[in-house]
Amino acid sequence: MTEKNDFEPTIVGFTCNWCSYRAADLAGIARIKYPPNVRLVRLMCSGRLDPTFVMKAFAEGADAVMITGCHPGECHYLEQNYKALRRYLLLRRTLVAMGIEAERLHLAWASAAEGIQLAREITEMVERVRTLGPLNWHLNGSQPEVVSEAAIELEEVAA
Amino acid sequence: MTTKSNSHPQERIGVYVCHCGTNISAMVDVEDVAQWAADKLEHKGVVIARDYKFMCSSLGQELVEKDIHELKLTRVVVAACSPHLHEKTFRTACERAGLNPYLCELVSIREQVSWVHTDKVAATAKSKAVLSGGIERVLWHEPLDPMTVPIHPATLVVGGGIAGIQAALEIADAGHPVYLVERDASIGGHMAQFDKTFPTLDCAACILTPRMVEAGMHPNITLMTWAEVENVDGYVGNFDVTVRQKARKVITDLCTGCGICEEKCPKKVIDDVYEAGLGYRKAVYTPFPQAVPNFPVMDVENCIYFDTGKCKACEKFCPTEAIDFTQEDEIVEFPVGNIILATGYDLFDARRVSNYGYGHLENVFTSMEFERMNNASGPTDGEIVLRDGKTVPDSVGIIHCVGSRDMNYNNYCSTICCMQGLKFAHLVQERTGATVYNFYIDMRTAYKGYDEFYQKVLEEGTRFIRGKVAEVTDVARLPNEEGKLIIQAEDTLIGKQRRIPVDMVILSSGLEPRHDAKEVAKTFGISCSADGWYIEKHPKLDPVATMTEGVYIAGCVQGPKDIPSSVAQGAAAAARVIGKIQQKEMALEPVRASVLEDQCSGCRICNDLCPFNAILFHEDTMLSEINPALCQGCGTCVAACPAGAITGTGFSNEQVLAQIEGLLMDMSV
Amino acid sequence: MKPKFAMYWASSCGGCEIAVLNTNEKILDVDANFDVAFWPVAMDAKYKDVEAMEDGSILLTLFNGGIRNDENEEIAKLLRKKSAILVAFGSCATEGCIPGLANLSPAREVVETAYHTVSTENPDNIYPQANYEMPEGVIHIPTMTSRVKTLEEVVDVDYYMPGCPPESHQIAAVLDLVIAVVKGEAELPPKGAVIGVGDSTVCDECDRKRDVKKVSEFTRAHLVGALDPELCLLEQGIPCNGPATRSGCNARCPEAGAQCIGCYGPAPGVVDYGARLISSFASVIDSNDPDEIERILDGIPDPAGQFYRFSLAGSLLKSSKSARNGKVLA
Repeated sequence: MTEKNDFEPTIVGFTCNWCSYRAADLAGIARIKYPPNVRLVRLMCSGRLDPTFVMKAFAEGADAVMITGCHPGECHYLEQNYKALRRYLLLRRTLVAMGIEAERLHLAWASAAEGIQLAREITEMVERVRTLGPLNWHLNGSQPEVVSEAAIELEEVAA
Repeated sequence: MTTKSNSHPQERIGVYVCHCGTNISAMVDVEDVAQWAADKLEHKGVVIARDYKFMCSSLGQELVEKDIHELKLTRVVVAACSPHLHEKTFRTACERAGLNPYLCELVSIREQVSWVHTDKVAATAKSKAVLSGGIERVLWHEPLDPMTVPIHPATLVVGGGIAGIQAALEIADAGHPVYLVERDASIGGHMAQFDKTFPTLDCAACILTPRMVEAGMHPNITLMTWAEVENVDGYVGNFDVTVRQKARKVITDLCTGCGICEEKCPKKVIDDVYEAGLGYRKAVYTPFPQAVPNFPVMDVENCIYFDTGKCKACEKFCPTEAIDFTQEDEIVEFPVGNIILATGYDLFDARRVSNYGYGHLENVFTSMEFERMNNASGPTDGEIVLRDGKTVPDSVGIIHCVGSRDMNYNNYCSTICCMQGLKFAHLVQERTGATVYNFYIDMRTAYKGYDEFYQKVLEEGTRFIRGKVAEVTDVARLPNEEGKLIIQAEDTLIGKQRRIPVDMVILSSGLEPRHDAKEVAKTFGISCSADGWYIEKHPKLDPVATMTEGVYIAGCVQGPKDIPSSVAQGAAAAARVIGKIQQKEMALEPVRASVLEDQCSGCRICNDLCPFNAILFHEDTMLSEINPALCQGCGTCVAACPAGAITGTGFSNEQVLAQIEGLLMDMSV
Repeated sequence: MKPKFAMYWASSCGGCEIAVLNTNEKILDVDANFDVAFWPVAMDAKYKDVEAMEDGSILLTLFNGGIRNDENEEIAKLLRKKSAILVAFGSCATEGCIPGLANLSPAREVVETAYHTVSTENPDNIYPQANYEMPEGVIHIPTMTSRVKTLEEVVDVDYYMPGCPPESHQIAAVLDLVIAVVKGEAELPPKGAVIGVGDSTVCDECDRKRDVKKVSEFTRAHLVGALDPELCLLEQGIPCNGPATRSGCNARCPEAGAQCIGCYGPAPGVVDYGARLISSFASVIDSNDPDEIERILDGIPDPAGQFYRFSLAGSLLKSSKSARNGKVLA
């Protein structure tokens, strides 16, 4: 039997002003319910998404990051969401090389009419990240845990 | 090495948390949020934090204005509804109180918190995080001034259907020049193909042609038919349009419209545009008798001369020597201030619904074919006959919702097909006395006079069967079905399967976006929905504007609609444009990017990233530069610059990074 | 009384010292104008000598090397106390540099690898221990920190001088500036400035011709038949970090036909160096199809190395996930 996992992830979501932010608004207007774990940042376009923002979010304590924008071919600025796609793919590889699981960075397209779909993406992402557990980047690594029994430590490593 | 941020003189921030009646306060403890901001974010500069029932009310706004004066606020953050609703309201309030409007930030704790979450504790905590994000961000806002650009008085109207004609005439009558560009050889659009229009049963040509003539003769309208817009550069008030005037192979200055060339041309071609494939035209032809302009065009692909080098009958017989086989396409360029797109629709291709038999069962007709058949100057001289050209049907089945309201094809309702189907029923009854069956799912007769029309058709004796037609077949099962087309449908009102044998089937086909709608949208810098209809700025409150300033949409290009609605939208778009022209200049939102010259190394990585061609490269200084009037503020180049040498107002790196810090603030401290 | 000068190496390779010596005759100016108080590579001195100095009495300290163990940290703090001007000298001190790449692994794995590689003979399984009892008493060696840190993470830094190593002509210029300041002939730049650098990026100093960028392949110089010596490397599919890297080195590597690997640190205006490269390289990929983009990205098999070779310890994330949870050996 699986233990109840009561970890509540904190997820930062980047939205674009014309499509996905409006989809979030639409979800609100339609009173669609979804978990409160995602905090949204409004950008004018998913093309504004700078990988620095994603790194900053992780470094400041986010457990996961969602990038959203208009569907390919429907970008308000014509084709800028493709640049977001390209950056997302390279960013994801780099984050994996740094040990951050690929599932912690998610790209979703949502048009201004797709409030339900966006809410569903958010709900599904929260569950995926809940299973992954906290990242706590901002907490770990600053204070080393000094272990005096080197041999025991090494056995662990050798195992 | 990370660059250090954080050198601000202390700002004075006013924080306002709205109850929105109980819309927010029912799920978010707004007093707690305001108090929390006052306590925990005092060191960031918060000097006052209030909660109030309705921030957007005049009293709420006055609260902000009063605080700006008395407390000398330098920044304002409002936590309430979506910025799409009230960002302007609060910015204007700040402006009235003497604070630059761009020093105000509105964060949403309604659409994105109180309306979508169910746990009050979590919602309140999230509201604090969202507010903290807004506060951290606003510290990095800068006072901005909108840029004004002049508005060129000319307008481009693309598409010469009824919506485009209406728009063009209104603008021209107001005294401003219009370029009306139409892809086909004549203006008139689909309406010119119709016979009678519902619900009044006016003759389409009778009401349309006077408008067409007026547009053709209006001193302020430059009519360009047989022409397509190839490229649009520029921005609102200052578009540079490039039009390809295709070669008609006719010198229009010499042509008198006498029609002899068409008469003498030996090559007959199936006319699948105007006659919907039901009739013929010649290789050199005028699309229909009332065409405006009344100049023929040459169909080069079907012309005997272009194929074999022989014939040239048209040239021989032309009394004014107006035929010119060597005529080339011409590129015409001109500036305009605004653009109205009224490019209309395409008919759903009924062949896709193979179970209805169009294309392989002879006497299945589409709605447009039937319109042409009905038309007195059409291929059958107005006689309703079968494909053999002579037999008058005894029974006719009319099928609604072909290709519409159907998850296999198009999910939406095409709006006009029910009225169209009823119109056909009436016309068939009237002209042939045949028995008419209409197969429908729902009867959509919503507008003025529509339901009355439906009632009349009911009384005339048309039989209505409520059921989506499963199949049209010629395979007879019973003797009375021999030689007929059998329509099989479930009659849902009596709960029985029915097979109705008829002589003729008419498919009330749905409307679709033009096959090249997406490419055309791209040319004008606007977007389509997934279905392909052009997206309006707001579905309820702004149906003719688009997200791109200066580009408007009217008519079926925005979604299926009837003639009165198309005319209304054409007029609405015209009114918007006239308003802009009269103001002579326009203020643009100051969200845009600029290159920091000192830091730019001319690597040119940004150069190709702008779909609005706002980024220029100067070879002499090896620097990239952004044209602020062309820049639409998407921020893609800001994110792409490897040197961080491009900044973006309104959404700068500092602002977003600060917002992220605020959103992830440790609440437990 | 000549002002005091100090130079110290923490977790570094010694290249910064060589670069200073590479200023050739200029080293004589250092000797003429300063009293070299503490410079382990060049003269004998003990820590207690530094401890005995008055606080702030060393005018200029060039601190190179990253903070890898508690000795590095201790001496960083000591030198900060004793120095008027502390310069984070070279890439290790400013952003971690190559030793910073250890941050991709937990500290214990680093030690494990060093003491147990295929080329190591360690039959008795000897490992370093922070404290060891000897008959003469307990002896100590420094404890590793869980990850490599930059100098500014442990002390307040006055100036940053990037480069691996900083170019000798830049060092010479900085030395001249300090000497002029001492003589009252010049002003120090504002605190926190990056010195010994240009204002822009390597592209600014690179003579290669450049056009709009459309990359359909990332590859390596030796796999390209014949590199065009005049055309921008990035346009030839070579992932050159020049566009995000600070200028000051005269674009030596691209001029010689090798891609810039980023040793001069981030351009001004950059918050996270690797993020800038990820963004710009990805933006110019000439495809909108996810599968094709992934294929092109396969041409960069080691993104952490490509984008964070020098800057990992100084980046926003600072290390990999596994290194953050590291226990260290004592």
